[in-house]
Amino acid sequence: MQRSVIDRLYSAIVGAIAGFGMLLLLAPTLVVVIISFTGGITLKFPPPSWSMRWYGELLNSREIIDPALTSLKVAALATVLSAVLGGAAALGIARSQLKIARVLDALFMSPMVLPAMAFGLSLLLVFNMLGIRLSVATLVLGHTIICVPFVIRMVGASVQQLNPVLITCSLSLGAGHWYTFRRITLPLIRRGIIASCFVAFLSSFDNVPVSLFLADARTEVLPIKLWAILEGSLDVRVAAVSGVIVIVTLIGLIAAEAFGGVTRQIGAR
Amino acid sequence: MPVNAQESRQLLPALPLTALFLGAFVLPLIALIFISLFTTPQFTAMSPIQYVRFFTDPFSLNVLSDTLLLGAIVAMLALVLAYPLGLVYVASGSLGRAIITFLILLPLLTSTVVRTFAWLVILGRDGIVNSTMLALGLWESPTRLLYTWNGLVVALTQIQLPLMALPVINSLLRLDGNLMKAAEGLGAGRFRVFFTIILPLTLPGAIAGWLLVFAAAATAFITQTLVGGGRIILMPSYIYQQSVGVQDWPFSAAVSLIFTFAVIGIVFAIGVVSRRFMRGIDAA
Repeated sequence: MQRSVIDRLYSAIVGAIAGFGMLLLLAPTLVVVIISFTGGITLKFPPPSWSMRWYGELLNSREIIDPALTSLKVAALATVLSAVLGGAAALGIARSQLKIARVLDALFMSPMVLPAMAFGLSLLLVFNMLGIRLSVATLVLGHTIICVPFVIRMVGASVQQLNPVLITCSLSLGAGHWYTFRRITLPLIRRGIIASCFVAFLSSFDNVPVSLFLADARTEVLPIKLWAILEGSLDVRVAAVSGVIVIVTLIGLIAAEAFGGVTRQIGAR
Repeated sequence: MPVNAQESRQLLPALPLTALFLGAFVLPLIALIFISLFTTPQFTAMSPIQYVRFFTDPFSLNVLSDTLLLGAIVAMLALVLAYPLGLVYVASGSLGRAIITFLILLPLLTSTVVRTFAWLVILGRDGIVNSTMLALGLWESPTRLLYTWNGLVVALTQIQLPLMALPVINSLLRLDGNLMKAAEGLGAGRFRVFFTIILPLTLPGAIAGWLLVFAAAATAFITQTLVGGGRIILMPSYIYQQSVGVQDWPFSAAVSLIFTFAVIGIVFAIGVVSRRFMRGIDAA
C-alpha cells in the first residue's frame, strides 16, 4: 500500500519535471514569435497591442538586411565547400582499415572539440601575419572548417551502411568508376549528404565565435550584427528578425525531413 | 597491385581536405601557440611570461574558475531536466515521441542569438517573469533578473538542454525493458529501479550529454554577454576583450590556449574516469 503511494510520487515527479522541461523547450520560441507582433516600442510582455510594424521596419533596415545576405552567402559557400571536400574525404576514410584513416578522422572531427573562439582567434592571427585582408573568402574558409565535422560524421555513417558488394558488382559488370559513383554510391549516401548540408548550413549561419574575429565592417554577418544591436539596446526589430529565422528554420526542417529524414540523422548522432 | 598501395589509393579523395586542414586549422593553432610565447604585444622578445601573468593574477583565475563552474552547474541542471524528459519519451507512443523530438530539435536548430533574445524578453524588467509575479502579487516591484548569475544559469540551461536530451534518450532507448520488469516483479519500488538500474546503465549517455553541455555552456559567448551583461566576465568575453578590444595578441593567445586546455582537459579527464568506473560496473 505504502509502496504504491511512493511509486505514484515517482511518476508525479517525473511527469512534472518532464512537463516543465517540455514547456521550457517550447516557451522561448513561442515568446519570440509572439513578441515580434507587438505594437509597442519595448519588449513588454504580453504585448500592449498587436501589429506587423516591426516586420515593416525590417524591410527598411539595410543595416540588418545586408548582414543577413552576407550570412546567407557565406553559409551557402561554406556548406558547398564542406560537403564536397568533406564528402570526398568521408568516402575515402570511412571504410579504410588503415591507421592513417583514423588519424585523419580525428583531425577532421577536432574543430568540434576545440573551443571555436580559440580557432577564430588563431585564424585572425595567421591572416594578420600573412597580411591577408579579411573578406568574405576568409570568412568562408573559417566556416568551412567548422562545418566539416558534421559532414564527416553524417556522410561517413551513410558510407559505412553502404554495401561494398554493390560497387564491386557495378565495376565488374563494366561500369566505369565515375558512372558507378554517380549511379550507385551517390544515390545511396544521398540522405547523409542532405542531412549534413542542412546542419552545416545552419551552423555556419548561426556561427559566432569564428565570425567574431573574421568579420569586419565590410563583411558583417547577421548573428554578430544582432549581438551588437542587443548589446546597445533591446531593439524590437531583433524580434522581427528572430520571427523570420524561426519560421524559415521550421520550413527548412520540414523540407529536410521530407528529403533526408534529418531528425533521425541528428538524433542518431 | 599490392593490397597496401590499393588501400592507400582509396584515401586519395581525402587529400584536398587534408591539405585544407593543414593550412587553415593546424597551421593557425601552431601560430597561436607561437604568438602566446611573445613577451610584449610588439613581438619583441620571447618568454612564457603571458602564462605566468595569467596564473598569478587573481582576476584572471577568477574568470577561469567562474566559467568552468558555470558550465558544470548548467550541465548538472540540464541533466536533472533531461532524465524525466527521456523517461516520458521512452514511455510514449509514436506521436508523443515525435512531439518530444520536435520540441528538442526546434531550439537546437534555431539560431543561438534568437534563443538568447527570447531570454532577454522573458527575464527583462517588463518581461514574462516580472509581469506574472507582479500580477499574482507575489512581488511588489520588478526584480532584476537580467544581468545576474542566476538568470544566466537558467537561460543557458534551457538553451543547451537539447544537447543533453538527445544522448540521454538514446541511452534510455537501448536499455533492456525486461530488467525493469524483473526488478519490479521482485518487488523493487520505482525510485529504487531508477537509481539502481536505469541511472547506472544509462550513465554513458548522461556523461556524454554532461560533457557536451559543459563545453557548450562554458563557451557560449553570445548568451554569456547578453544575459550575463557586462559585469559578469567569463573566459570567452575575456579573450574577445583582450584580443579585438585591447589588441594584446600574445596575452589573448595564451588565455585562449589556457581556456582550450582547461575545457578539453576536463572533458578528457571525466571521460577516462567514467570509463574506468563503468568497467567496474560491468565486472560486478
